[in-house]
Amino acid sequence: MKTDLRHPLARARGLGSAKDGAGHWMLQRVTAVALVFLTVWLLCTVLSLLHADYATARATLMKPWNAVLLIAFVLTMFRHAVLGLQVVIEDYVHTRWVEVTSLVVIKFIAVLAALTGVLAVVRVALGS
Amino acid sequence: MANTGRPLSPHLQVYKWQVQMLSSILHRATGIVLAVGSLIIVWGLAALAAGEQAFGTFTACAASPIGMVVMVGWTLAFFYHLANGIRHLLQDTGAGYAVASFVRSSWISIIASIVLTVLVWGYVLAGGHA
Repeated sequence: MKTDLRHPLARARGLGSAKDGAGHWMLQRVTAVALVFLTVWLLCTVLSLLHADYATARATLMKPWNAVLLIAFVLTMFRHAVLGLQVVIEDYVHTRWVEVTSLVVIKFIAVLAALTGVLAVVRVALGS
Repeated sequence: MANTGRPLSPHLQVYKWQVQMLSSILHRATGIVLAVGSLIIVWGLAALAAGEQAFGTFTACAASPIGMVVMVGWTLAFFYHLANGIRHLLQDTGAGYAVASFVRSSWISIIASIVLTVLVWGYVLAGGHA
């Protein structure tokens, strides 16, 4: 027996969408494309420093382009990681409070780690 | 999972094993590995900024037996996620969805990641003190 006589459309109207649409999906792809280039660049840079001493490693990082690309890598990578981990948690964690807690915790960790990484690059780049 | 009393859809054990199962779950597994590994990258950057001694500790840990295992594992996870990520981006354009093509690209991701890992570590080990 139907208890609500209103039309389904009338009930949905005004509630809107999730306000996100394909944003999550798209951002995951855009960061992925950026990371294809940034990670390959980073791997080549690290391999070129295989036998480098501390001073050479610092000097390499101090070059403006390297510092900029490294900061771009750190920010893009953590954004991408949070998007991916979020989907994994949403898919596999079925206890609501554990799910929500995990989603918040990974964001906290990612932001702190990204800030730590950026600060480290800036310190080296500015020679402080 | 909440017990709703509803019938369940056929699950893993019902299906014959196929490579797409592996390529799919490996993408998530390697993603998690890389997310954890990213914290090690940040550790390295922070150590580089902190000073020669801190960086020495970091490189000593990296060169230890456990550090080497972690780095080889990270390399494999990285190349798999890279290769299969590119595969997914190409599939997002609508390409490669025929079954034969899907199976072939799954194998390409898996084999490419192993080959690239061997190449990089061959280069590293041939270069001497890694």
